[in-house]
Amino acid sequence: MSEPNSWAVEARGLGKKYRRGWALEDCSFRLPAGHICALVGPNGAGKSTFLGTATRLVQPTTGSLKLFGVPVGDPAVLERFAFLAQDKPLYPRFTVAEILRLGRELNPRWDQALAERIVRSGNVPFTARIGTLSGGQRTRVAFALAFGKRPELLLLDEPMSDLDPLARHELSGLLMAEAAEHGTTVLMSSHMLSEMEDMCDYLVVLAEGRLRMAGQTEELVPAHMLVTGVAGGDSGVPDELLRQHTVVESRVTGRQFSALIRPGGPLSDSWEALVPSMEEVLLAYLRSPEAPVLITDEARIDSDATKEAAA
Amino acid sequence: MSVVEFRIDRRSGVATYLQIVQQVQQALRLGILVEGDRLPTAAQVAATTKVNPNTTLKAYRELEREGLVEPRPGLGTFVSRTLARPDSAADALLREELRSWMERAQREGLDREDVQALVNSVLQERYAQG
Repeated sequence: MSEPNSWAVEARGLGKKYRRGWALEDCSFRLPAGHICALVGPNGAGKSTFLGTATRLVQPTTGSLKLFGVPVGDPAVLERFAFLAQDKPLYPRFTVAEILRLGRELNPRWDQALAERIVRSGNVPFTARIGTLSGGQRTRVAFALAFGKRPELLLLDEPMSDLDPLARHELSGLLMAEAAEHGTTVLMSSHMLSEMEDMCDYLVVLAEGRLRMAGQTEELVPAHMLVTGVAGGDSGVPDELLRQHTVVESRVTGRQFSALIRPGGPLSDSWEALVPSMEEVLLAYLRSPEAPVLITDEARIDSDATKEAAA
Repeated sequence: MSVVEFRIDRRSGVATYLQIVQQVQQALRLGILVEGDRLPTAAQVAATTKVNPNTTLKAYRELEREGLVEPRPGLGTFVSRTLARPDSAADALLREELRSWMERAQREGLDREDVQALVNSVLQERYAQG
């Protein structure tokens, strides 16, 4: 179960301090290989800083980060992952064929046939200059470059944010199919919560530089419940909920009290309970930075104690 | 070429893997899928619906547990049993009777919801949920 390679990402006490404060603080979690993981959080939550540390662009102030057991400080980690930045930086004057040649020359494990297939399936002409392509076509070429590297881990920063709905649908399908085909682990940041729901089976949630939630979606989401009932006298949270359950977020509207909770036992009949969607759970956590942290056993990693246990 | 394409309803509240299970069962009942057919691979499902490949594999494991499909390593997942009943003559007769029953209900002034409620209540009586 715990061979060194079964964890695509292992962060231990990872932190980054800039002059204005901590952008990422004491972040510890692990991501098992083979998952499609969403990295979620409001702007300024530390997502880009985290991706920066994973891609060696940002030097962490504290803690350590390993990809497939290799510390990110070790140059050997470079061939394990591919990173696609939000603005998809490609040389605009290069043709598509030239960009692929660049990928071929720079990457020892380059898969030219795969890269060409991805370009061809979108009918992107190989002779076209990158600067003349549409946003969707450019993203497709960037995906071709990223998958052509045959990475074990693909890191994506807001990959679909600047695309029209059609291109988004097409490229999401491409991403999922290629990841399935090659068993690539994917970690992508996104603000599109409802789209993440089907694509991702693992979640890492950051807010204000701290880890809020980590684990498989099928474990995290059903751990919550949306409850509605009669509000108590003083707009506070009813005692029953506080005693047995963990309240993530609550709201009073007139006489109605509603909350997203993590049930700690059976609920009494006075509550109407609904199963929330992933989007509802995420929104509740993003709105309530003070809500208790939830990390599943699988995603949990102790700062130092179990360091050797996995090796 | 795959034989079926799944349609995922993101607003239904039904878990995605269950939707895939139900759609395969339905396709088996309707005869769209028959014994020996290969189900689309997780990558093919992902390409058309954006569904996470692990979700598709979970659905296929569930179908395997129900004895409806079997994985053949390196080849894919194949339908191993058909749910469509061969006796379609009886089906046609029953359908005709149901149609004339509904025509009568309509004449008596029952609307769609009334008919649905009646059908559901008799269905509950006859086919208790196991």
